[in-house]
Amino acid sequence: MKRRTLFAAATAVATLALTVPAFAQETLKIGAVGPKTGPLAGGAAVSFWPNVQLWAHDVNEAGGITVGGTSYMVEIIEYDDQTNPGETIKAVQRLATQDEADFILAPYSTGLNIAAAPIFQRYGYPMVTHTAISDQIEDLSNKFPNMYFLLGGATGLAGGVVDVLTDMREAGEIGNRVAMVNVADAFGIELASVGKPQLEEAGFEIVYETSYPLGTQDLSPVINGAKDSNPDAFVAWSYPPDTFGLTEQAQIAGLAPKAFYTAVATAFPAYAGRFGAAAEGVLGAGGVYADGDQFKEYAARHEAVTGAKPDFWASAPTYATFEILHQAIEGAGSTDKEAVAEYIANNSFETVIGPVDWDENNSNAKYWTVGQWQGGVFKGVASTGRDGAVAAMPKSGWE
Amino acid sequence: MDILFTGLLLGGTYALIAMGLNLQYGMARIMNLANGEFLVAGGFGAFWFFTAGQVSPLLTIFIVAPVAFAINWLIYVVFLRPLVKRAKSRGQLEVDAILTTFGLAFFLVGLTLAFFGGDYFSYSYLARPVTFIGETYALNRVVAFFAAVVICGGLWLWLTRTRAGMSIRAIAVAPDSARLVGIDVPRLSALAFALGGAVTAVGGALISTFLTLDASTGVLFTLKALIIVIMGGVGDVRGTVIAALMLGILETFVATLIDPGLTLAAAYLLFVAILLFRPQGLFGRRQA
Repeated sequence: MKRRTLFAAATAVATLALTVPAFAQETLKIGAVGPKTGPLAGGAAVSFWPNVQLWAHDVNEAGGITVGGTSYMVEIIEYDDQTNPGETIKAVQRLATQDEADFILAPYSTGLNIAAAPIFQRYGYPMVTHTAISDQIEDLSNKFPNMYFLLGGATGLAGGVVDVLTDMREAGEIGNRVAMVNVADAFGIELASVGKPQLEEAGFEIVYETSYPLGTQDLSPVINGAKDSNPDAFVAWSYPPDTFGLTEQAQIAGLAPKAFYTAVATAFPAYAGRFGAAAEGVLGAGGVYADGDQFKEYAARHEAVTGAKPDFWASAPTYATFEILHQAIEGAGSTDKEAVAEYIANNSFETVIGPVDWDENNSNAKYWTVGQWQGGVFKGVASTGRDGAVAAMPKSGWE
Repeated sequence: MDILFTGLLLGGTYALIAMGLNLQYGMARIMNLANGEFLVAGGFGAFWFFTAGQVSPLLTIFIVAPVAFAINWLIYVVFLRPLVKRAKSRGQLEVDAILTTFGLAFFLVGLTLAFFGGDYFSYSYLARPVTFIGETYALNRVVAFFAAVVICGGLWLWLTRTRAGMSIRAIAVAPDSARLVGIDVPRLSALAFALGGAVTAVGGALISTFLTLDASTGVLFTLKALIIVIMGGVGDVRGTVIAALMLGILETFVATLIDPGLTLAAAYLLFVAILLFRPQGLFGRRQA
C-alpha cells in the first residue's frame, strides 16, 4: 500500500518543463504511516490522512520548505498499517531503512504511537504526535526524548468534563447523578479509571457504571440501564462506532439528560450530518476555537483541497504538528534529523491551533478538552488554557 | 419481556448477517471470506442513495439485490468455478476458496477505499421509538427484523417447496450424486452463491440504518456470520435462524442482567458449548 502523492510528481514535471528552475530544487521524502484499513481507519480517514494531503499541498504550493537558499518540495510516502502495531513498526522501519525518508510523521492514535516510539527513537526521527492521549506522558518523554504530545492527557480530558459538569451543577442546571459508561478498549478504560475518582471528588454520585466491548452491535441494554438510573448527566468514554450508536439509542429510549457527553467522534462533521438538529447541545471530547479566524481559514482550505470538512478536535492539532515540523526544519536551517529535533525541543511554534510550546514533559499544556454542538458548530467549551471557549448550555431533549 | 424482544431484534440482525454466508457456504460450498465486504457494500449503497437522493433504504434494497446478485454470479463463474472444477476433494475446495476469497476481501476493501475513502457511512433513518407493551424499541431495528423474517421465510419456502430449491439442497448434501439425477450442478451452485451475495448485501443495506459502517468493518461481520452459520449447522436455514436468535437473546440477557462487558464472553461460551455437544451444529448433518 505505497502511494507517492502526485504533487511531487507534478512539481517535478513542471520543473522539467521550465528547464530553468529559479534556484536549486530538491525533494524531502516524508513518511506517513497510519490506518487505511482496520478498526481505526474511519477515524484516521477524518483526522489524519486529509491533513497529510493538505499539508503536502500547502507546502508545495508555497514553493516548498526553504533551507539555506534551497527549497525542498515534499514527497509523501504513505503506508497503511492496518491498525496493527506490528505493521506500524514495520512501516516505520521500512521508511527509515529502505525508503530513506528524511522525516516521518507521527502515526495515528495512542496505541500505534506508543508502539512506534522506540523505532522513531532508534533512527533518531523527531516524533511530534497529534493523536496520542495518555497519562504516561512523563514516562514516555523520559524514555523517548524526541517524542512530543499535542493533544493532551487523559486526566486533563476527563477533568474538563468534570469542570463542565460542576459549572452546570453550580448554575443549577443539573443535579448530582451521573451515569458513566466506557468502551472496553485502551482509551475508554483509561478515561473511565481517571474520570471516576475525579467525578467522585467533585461530589458527583455515579448512579450507573458499565463497560461494553468494542464493536457491540446493540447498545440498547447500556442505554436502558443508564436510563433506569435516572441520571442528570450521561458520560460515555466512547469510540467512533459506539458514539453514533449510543446517541441514536438514547434518542430512541428517550434518555435525555441536561448533560449528554460522548467522547471520540462527537466532534466529527458526520455526527452533525447524521443527527442534525438533535445534535444541538451534545457535549463531546475535544473542541476548537471554532469562531477563530485561524480555524475558519484552515477549515475552508481543508475542504477546498481534500473535499472533506475537518473535525472539531484532532484535525487542526494534526495539521499543527506538521506545521511544527516544517517550521523546525526551516528554523534549524538543516534537514539533519538531530538538528531539527534540537530545534523542536527549544522553541515554541505558531500554528493553526495558536501558539504551541512544551512543558517539562514535552507536552503541549494548553489543549481543548470539551466541546459542544451549538448552532451546527462544535465549539470548545473547556480547555486547559486555550482562548475562545464559550459557555456550555444545558441540552433540552432530542427534538 | 423487554429482554426477550430486544434480544429477538438483535437476533434478526444476526440472521441477516449470517443468512447469505449460509447459502454460499452451505449450498454453493464456497467459504466466502469476502462475505462481510458485500454486506458493507450493500450498506454503502443504501448510504449513498439516501444521502444523494433521499431514497429510502427500503427501496434501495431492490437496486442493491440485483446488482449484488449479478456481481456475485460473475465472481462465481470467473473466479470460483475453476476452483470447483479443479478440486479433488471438498477439503481442497475449501482451502482454495478461502485463499481466493481472502484475496478478494482485500481487493474489495482497497477498491472501496480508493473510490469512496475510509470515512464512516453514517446516516439516520427511522431512528424513532416504537412502543410495544410498555417498552420502546428502535423502528429501524424493528423494520430490519421483519425484513429478516420475510427473507428467511422466503428462502425457507423456496428451498423446500420449489424444484430449484430442492435441487440446491441436493447439491448441498451430495454434489456428485446430484449430477447423476440430472441436476445442473454448476448453474445451480452459481445461483446459490449469487443469491447468498444478494441476501448479504440486502442485509447490509438494512443494517446500515442503525449500525455505523466503514470500508474495513466487513471482516467483523464475516466472523460473526461464520460463528452463527457453524452454530446453526452448515447448509440449514432453520439452524442459522435459531442460532442467530439464541445469540441475540443471550447477549441481551447478559448485557441487561449481568454486564454488557461480558456479552462477547457469553457468545463464545455458547459457541464452544454447542461445538462440544453438537460438533456439526444445531441442525447440521454428521459428515459421512
